[in-house]
Amino acid sequence: MPQYLLKQIARLLLLLVVISMVAFALVGLSPVDPVQANVGQAAYISMSEEKRAALAEYWGANTPLWERYLHWASGVVQGDFGTSLRFNAPVAHVIALRAGNTLLLMAVAWAVSGLLGFALGVIAALRRGTWVDKAVKGYCFVLAGTPTFWLGLVFLMVFAVGLGWFPVGFSVPIGKSAADVTLLDAVHHLVLPALTLSVLGVANIALHTREKAIDVLESDYIRFACARGLTTWQALRRHGMRNLLLPAITLQFASISEIFGGSVLVEQVFSYPGLGQAVVTAGLGGDAALFVGIVVVSAALVFAGNLCANILYGVVDPRIRRGEAAHAR
Amino acid sequence: MPVKGTNGYDAKPHGPHTHGDAHHHHTHAASSHHGGGHHLLQVEHLEIAFRMYDPSAPYLRAQQVESAVVHDLSISVHVGEIVAVVGASGSGKTLLADAIMGLFEPNAHVSGDIWFDGELQDAAGLAALRGRGISLVPQGVSHLNPLMKVGRQVDGFPGGRKPDAARAQRRAQLFERYGLGPEVAQMYPHELSGGMARRVLLCSALMDDPKVIIADEPTPGLDLDLATTALADFRAFADAGGGVMLITHDIELALRVADRVAVFRDGTIVEETAVANFASPELLEHPFTRELWHALPEHGFLVPEGGGSC
Repeated sequence: MPQYLLKQIARLLLLLVVISMVAFALVGLSPVDPVQANVGQAAYISMSEEKRAALAEYWGANTPLWERYLHWASGVVQGDFGTSLRFNAPVAHVIALRAGNTLLLMAVAWAVSGLLGFALGVIAALRRGTWVDKAVKGYCFVLAGTPTFWLGLVFLMVFAVGLGWFPVGFSVPIGKSAADVTLLDAVHHLVLPALTLSVLGVANIALHTREKAIDVLESDYIRFACARGLTTWQALRRHGMRNLLLPAITLQFASISEIFGGSVLVEQVFSYPGLGQAVVTAGLGGDAALFVGIVVVSAALVFAGNLCANILYGVVDPRIRRGEAAHAR
Repeated sequence: MPVKGTNGYDAKPHGPHTHGDAHHHHTHAASSHHGGGHHLLQVEHLEIAFRMYDPSAPYLRAQQVESAVVHDLSISVHVGEIVAVVGASGSGKTLLADAIMGLFEPNAHVSGDIWFDGELQDAAGLAALRGRGISLVPQGVSHLNPLMKVGRQVDGFPGGRKPDAARAQRRAQLFERYGLGPEVAQMYPHELSGGMARRVLLCSALMDDPKVIIADEPTPGLDLDLATTALADFRAFADAGGGVMLITHDIELALRVADRVAVFRDGTIVEETAVANFASPELLEHPFTRELWHALPEHGFLVPEGGGSC
């Protein structure tokens, strides 16, 4: 086990190094001129030549890419992720401030889509061919073909503008001091973006679970369990759930990256101040330090999800657990 | 799809008849008894059809048609005997087992009469008999849940509930009787050898104290001698007053271990006869059974014109 963990940590480090390099290169190659992008068109035109040069120096536009990367990397090794030029604050600060919002949003969407998707998938499989199955499938196919931002806009139009049940954006009420924001306020602002993300995540998980549940229901061991006097539901509960859990774990943890990707769009639509919104700002503004910082954090998050899945396989599946034990001997 | 009864004649006491007589489409073997004056298990005029889209019609205009897979099938199991249902692989023999266990596919249409221990059964009755009178011994390890320890699976979940200590004790006795060590209970299916898996599946069936065992190809991949040895457990079960329906594609094995042989062909049983009648082709009634007799190794592998179909 310690050997396994060391290997995984080495992999993670390698992954992060490569990802940060690629992200840095992308920012460097991007046609966005950080000076123009950040001071605004009008100010840029009325600006003196010396001022422009000074700003270009400040944004590091003239330093070669590799030099900036080395500078950044040497800082990271010492625990300094650099300073966000756009927010004029340390990158670690900006990320910490916004990660809370995004993680809350993702956690809610992840849990709701996982549980709801699993339940719908199993129900559809048990009632396959009936109107229940068709309703679940229809729902999933429609949603699987729906763009995230579009659904977010529809929800905004219906629930925020039309019905007025939820606010149109942001994570807290406008004009309220941070000290006065209650938990209820935060939840109230979370509902629509979380709903958008969950509803889309359900489709994928439900369809996959349905396929797997049908395989399990048609398996020899469920047939034998039924031949020993169990009803289909009892057989599925006693023998099927664990078998269904394996693919569900894979899907659920693999969906972290999808939900993160979705949250970028959803945060844009709902002006929800999370990492997704920050990464868009950083990318468009040529803010390399912040951009790479967020990319690295999200890569680590997705990696951690996959690692969790790998460890959970061993917990659920004795063939993997005992196979590894036999290997170690 | 209820299994409806149309004629109940065999539910009435059975008159005496002598060995070798043909009655209810079959002849008896020495060990066949009528406990309580009736057959332990009797199937009459079983029909199984599947509703499906007509495969010969153009794809989009195909209508649903009923395709009969089993028709007018009759077979009986007596107390104390092993009846072998012999037919080619993939000829639908397993459907017979499914029908008796009341496990139908949703698109199956099943009709006919099934008696168990003298009582006519409907679909609900057959469902109630699963694991409570009729037990299945399936083919192999794929019939065990790969993620559950063998001991817990053999204990089973009577009525969907967790088993009690008495069942664990009974399982331990069965394991001992069939030469399975106590450590086997802690193993997972993928750790079992083929022979162990076979005995575990038999113990699973015996846990439920059945009167009839339906064994669906219980000895895959074993040669004749090993299979005969493996089937000694079924012999013992029959001798102790049970009945066994052994579904197999292996005629030689059937002749070696069974008391009677039912020849399955084209979705029905063409002849149900005592093994003793295979001594000479004159004692066999159906031309296909005689073809089968001639095709046996000791009778020179003779295959009729146009090729045998078994």
